[in-house]
Amino acid sequence: MRRLAWLSVALALVIAYPLLFSTPFQQRLGALVLLYAIAASAWNIVGGYAGQVSVGHVVFFGCGAYAAMGAYAHFALSPMVGIPAGILFSVVIAAVVGVPTLRLSGHYFSMATIAVAELARLIVTNTDYLGAAVGLSGPTVPRNVFDLSFISALPYYYLFLAILIITLGITWWMTNSRIGFYLRAIKDSERAARSLGAPASRTKLYAYMLSAGLTSVAGALYAMMFGFVDPESGLGILISVKMLIMAALGGAGLLFGPLVGAAILVPLEEISNSVLGGKGAGLTFVVYGAIIVLIARFQPGGILELINRLLAKLRKTERTAAQGAPHAP
Amino acid sequence: MSFVIVQVIVGGLLLGAVYALFSSGLTLVWGMMNVVNFAHGDFVMLGMYVAYLVYSLLGAGPLIGAPLAMLVLATLGVVVYFSLIRDIMKGPMLAQILGTFGLALLLRYSVFWWFGANFLTLPENVVGGTLDLFGIRIQAARLLAGIVALVVTLGLHLLLTRTSLGSKMLAVAEDSTAAQLMGIRPDSMQAVAWAIAAGATGLAGALIATFFYIVPTVGETLAIVAFVTVSLGGFGSVPGALVAGLLIGVIESLSGYLIGAIYQDIVVYSLFLGFLWFRPQGLMGKS
Repeated sequence: MRRLAWLSVALALVIAYPLLFSTPFQQRLGALVLLYAIAASAWNIVGGYAGQVSVGHVVFFGCGAYAAMGAYAHFALSPMVGIPAGILFSVVIAAVVGVPTLRLSGHYFSMATIAVAELARLIVTNTDYLGAAVGLSGPTVPRNVFDLSFISALPYYYLFLAILIITLGITWWMTNSRIGFYLRAIKDSERAARSLGAPASRTKLYAYMLSAGLTSVAGALYAMMFGFVDPESGLGILISVKMLIMAALGGAGLLFGPLVGAAILVPLEEISNSVLGGKGAGLTFVVYGAIIVLIARFQPGGILELINRLLAKLRKTERTAAQGAPHAP
Repeated sequence: MSFVIVQVIVGGLLLGAVYALFSSGLTLVWGMMNVVNFAHGDFVMLGMYVAYLVYSLLGAGPLIGAPLAMLVLATLGVVVYFSLIRDIMKGPMLAQILGTFGLALLLRYSVFWWFGANFLTLPENVVGGTLDLFGIRIQAARLLAGIVALVVTLGLHLLLTRTSLGSKMLAVAEDSTAAQLMGIRPDSMQAVAWAIAAGATGLAGALIATFFYIVPTVGETLAIVAFVTVSLGGFGSVPGALVAGLLIGVIESLSGYLIGAIYQDIVVYSLFLGFLWFRPQGLMGKS
């Protein structure tokens, strides 16, 4: 109950944010935080809950982005039409790639996903239908509201918020379903899970496909907001890395971990880019790298886990103080 | 025509020897500690930049640049081992992947920030021009790099199999608790492995810097080359890495020559996936 109250307060603050901080920069920042939170939450299903560290999720992100822009560029349709198409493509790709790749464990899985992503980037860069190295553009001038091309970031903010809520809702539902229990068992020990009869391969594949579909929605939204996609912005390995880092910084395998990570890293990147200008691009990723190394070294569970631990400690000391237990000498 | 093919194959073998050199570093650490260094390609990239700095500041070629790069990177390897790897080795899988991946970003973008994204090259005459051997034209720089890499890789194999240091490292790889009971310190042996692995990448980087483009993101491609080599040669095997490295050098050169340079990476990546999917124990591993 108390948890629900806290959630309502947080949601109210998130809804009010773009009205309280109403400069275009602040609204755009808010929209980007939510967008990356969607992508990182989608990654979290497979990387956090199932413990399969995918470094190739950008393939699905690119699927969505290219489907949305392709719907406009080739068929003059609203980019929105591309969203279901992108979901379909990425779920099919996830199924085809997932079957052999998910058999690999640990590092091998991560390396295979990197290779898949780089392969996809190279192939798209050499495919004229997908705009090769130049990429595809969306409508330059919105024809109607269904083009979802707005000058202000405000409509995007609420659109992304709605999708983020849906994504987190699906994740929450999944963790409390049979699949969620299987995933947790697999993450702890795949062999033990299998020996107790959990269908490990099938469960991992379902999680991978679900995660792929949601990631592609994030890609489509990204392309709509920026109005174009090219191999670097749609399929660059750094996008995979960002999803992974945001989830891990906040807390991989925790529902709100990715959102917390995005809320820290996106402003860091945007502010350092705007303060440092072109020089900042490199420096931003130096800081990113340093943060990941420090997280991996000192707090692999992420920030939320640290907070939970501190809260638990605090409660314990409160309780002992209330009971009047003597402090340790 | 046939001469051109032979020339392409020889070029591929020479480049492949360098691939084998830096991949044997990856395979050593992997086989010994079951840690995959995702920053391995960026270590090679650092070796290239050390060679570049030596040239641009001192005007010296690989004769000074290569040993210096080896030394700098070996030191870095030890520092990375003690400050990062030793701790994340005990942590969860996510921490291991994140740790070395973060290191990769840190190194890559520090160089990017300092040197910019421009393609740098060393002048072509830094190792002499082009040699003509029985009608096959080979750049002297490539010949030097290939031969040095081959010799050092073989030397590394001998070091691991024929010396007491090698036996100690093997003992730690087999069972570090048992090794500790025999009076071997796993910590020092693992640090030595990191020094050797990183030193090999530094040397390899300085060697290919004489004829390769130097750019901060080159490590990404080279890391995948190293992953392919190691997965092809079997995880933990230096002779496997040597054979696989030579093979990949040839495949890459031939596919670049026969179907076009833009498809050469596609061929290598597809090969990697094919191996991971269908034969994860490598070419020479037991099934």
